Amino acid sequence: MYLVETGSEHKAGFIRKYVFSTDHKIVGLQYFFTAFAMAIFGGLLSILMRLQLGWPSRMWPMLETIFPVGMAGGVMSPEFYLALQTMHGTIMAIFVLTALFTGAFGNYLIPLQIGARDMAFPLLNMLSYWVYLLSCIVLVLAFFVEGGAPISGWTAYAPLSAIPESGPGQAMGQNLWLVAIALFTVSSMMGVLNYITTIVQARTKGMTMSRVPLNIWGMLSASIISIMVFPVLLGAGVLLLADRIGGTSFFVPAGLVMGDKLIPHSGGHPLLWQHLFWFFGHPEVYIVIVPAMGIAAEIIATFIRKPVFGYRIMAGCWIAVVALSMVVWGHHMFVSGMNPFLGGFFALATLLITVPSAILVLCWVVSLYGARIQFTTPMLFALGFVSIFVTGGLGGFFLGSAWTDIQLHDTYFVVGHFHLTMAMSPLFAAFAGVYYWFPRISGRMMNERLGRVHFWISIAGAYAIFLTMHVMGVGGMLRHSYDTTQYDFLKHLQPLNVFVSFAAFALAASQLIFILNFLVSLFRGPRAEANPWKANTLEWAAPAPIPHGNWGAVTPEVHRWPYDYMVPDGGEDFLPQNAPAAVLENKRF
Amino acid sequence: MDASIAEQQRILASDWGGGKSPFGTSWSKFMMWIFIISDALTFAGFLVAYGFMRSISPEWPDQTQVFDMRLITFMTFALISSSAVMACAVGAARAGDAKAAFKFLVLTIGGGIIFLGCQVYEWSHFIGEGATLTSNPWGVAQFAASFFLITGFHGFHVLSGVFILAVVAIRAAMGKYSADSVENAGLYWHFIDVVWVFVFAFFYLM
Repeated sequence: MYLVETGSEHKAGFIRKYVFSTDHKIVGLQYFFTAFAMAIFGGLLSILMRLQLGWPSRMWPMLETIFPVGMAGGVMSPEFYLALQTMHGTIMAIFVLTALFTGAFGNYLIPLQIGARDMAFPLLNMLSYWVYLLSCIVLVLAFFVEGGAPISGWTAYAPLSAIPESGPGQAMGQNLWLVAIALFTVSSMMGVLNYITTIVQARTKGMTMSRVPLNIWGMLSASIISIMVFPVLLGAGVLLLADRIGGTSFFVPAGLVMGDKLIPHSGGHPLLWQHLFWFFGHPEVYIVIVPAMGIAAEIIATFIRKPVFGYRIMAGCWIAVVALSMVVWGHHMFVSGMNPFLGGFFALATLLITVPSAILVLCWVVSLYGARIQFTTPMLFALGFVSIFVTGGLGGFFLGSAWTDIQLHDTYFVVGHFHLTMAMSPLFAAFAGVYYWFPRISGRMMNERLGRVHFWISIAGAYAIFLTMHVMGVGGMLRHSYDTTQYDFLKHLQPLNVFVSFAAFALAASQLIFILNFLVSLFRGPRAEANPWKANTLEWAAPAPIPHGNWGAVTPEVHRWPYDYMVPDGGEDFLPQNAPAAVLENKRF
Repeated sequence: MDASIAEQQRILASDWGGGKSPFGTSWSKFMMWIFIISDALTFAGFLVAYGFMRSISPEWPDQTQVFDMRLITFMTFALISSSAVMACAVGAARAGDAKAAFKFLVLTIGGGIIFLGCQVYEWSHFIGEGATLTSNPWGVAQFAASFFLITGFHGFHVLSGVFILAVVAIRAAMGKYSADSVENAGLYWHFIDVVWVFVFAFFYLM
């Protein structure tokens, strides 16, 4: 196994080389393993929630030893359930998925795929990771302070989040949550400044913007969104902190009574928080899904073994998504008391943004048409991504239209929808990326058979859980309730809850196959060829193992776009981007 | 096919052909521009929140009664003038005249310090008259809260700008500076001034 080159010309100590390294590849791997650890943690939280939802108020004496307060007597308290929900959402949406795509994949792949030696500002890049790690630690600390983790949801809706007396976890826990979010924002800014600068400024000779791999277009689009929406979240967080600590009333209206206490604030408005939060919160979904689309497109393009359809169309669609992502946030607020006229506007904008998304899907499907597809594990996961994205996206029509959303709001239809579109489909793209780039990073292949088993259990589990949630949602299943058997009209849906819980356990267990495959392959997998998937992009042209600085004496020169497959003159069916121009006569770019 | 080859060759020969900066800028200058976009959005978030507060408040104090507009005009003038001097510093640094660049940088810092001094005076005066984050003598609490947050956040930027300029000036005096670093600091300084124009217009004038 080698994760990085250990040659002698770069004599740095272990600490400089693997811990405080400015090498984009090490930073990318640090991001990957940290985000992966957070994903396991966030996943375990959801398992606890499924225990409660499947078998409400049942005794789990063993859990009392781990959570003496939240599970006092072995029974989950409603507040603890809400804390789990808040932390699961925050961890997964921000600290896992955002960090995993732009942080891990972006860091590792951007310089390699554009033929650069490193990020534009390696030191800033390293700082970005360490601030990210700090933000993760601060967030998890919230579980261990007085009152526990916050209970106001990953959206931290005011006034619940603005008033420390509003519940356990809303005092110190919510403060830590805010600090963690602020740290993450700073980390993300430092990373994203690098990604944009590197992609625009550091492309190697011949790497025009119409020749960069699709993955780079995805990363660039997501970075542009990040640079525009994270600062607004930071501003909103400062205002919320002022409300909580300084006693201001930006988000708190007059006359609020909590417990038996009249809250001394007046003159603020909770809708302001919702507007500011969702101006970040909705584009955040695209910060996750757009790089996932880029990775999936990259992998599909390799395994169809013919030129991918619609390179320029896809790039254009992502740019359209960037622009539209910032004018659709109000579709989260149709029932919030916002002016209904605005609801009409946001519904229209939301339906507009489905157009580029649908065109992207069309590009992938047309690319598949007539192809001799190689069904490798990465390709299966990329196709799984497309499948889940389409299914999840269909639910979006009902939630994006104000008229149907009023009925479905705050039900499990919403939970099912966003888990398919922004949780499961990016996760599948991430798995596709891991299986695909594993040989490049470790020099070994992952096991295909275990990979296929992992894929089929995962996709069956994902659909079983989240399609069932759609059905429950139409039946009125309440999104934030910790025990829906309290309601007569929901009692008949309880068997579905049990089914979803079992499916969730199966999905979680199947991830052990992945972890096993990953670890065993890392040390014992068969040696990989230099370019095992016969791909054209530059990262496969780098020496193995990839040295600090990526390339030898000169950076590679690029002579064509990355998707020249099915080359007609016999021999190899692919033509790497850096193959000399002499071979080029008469071929498309 | 020939047409597309010709088109491709045109792009390869252009600024976007790879192997060079498309805008002919240094990496740090490009990054400074991206940073300015992001920081502008933080201020936009604050100003939108302020506008929202003001539009839902039943009444809003008359700023001309509360603030001494002559002081505000003077500090605005000082800050805008320092921007002009900053432009001279960038010009001198570009021309390789380290001595002149140092002189203009010190003048710019002076403008920033005058601005900060006025702001300290304004804040202490405002607090002396009874303004706090939670209440003030002139009307809704959000008036003083927005004032402290927005001018405070801007003042924090001016202060950090003064520190950055001081570092650049010291390096210029030691001869260890590049024209790029002066220009990047200048970009940040101009940005802070532009933000102040918006704060001045929306908070004090409107």
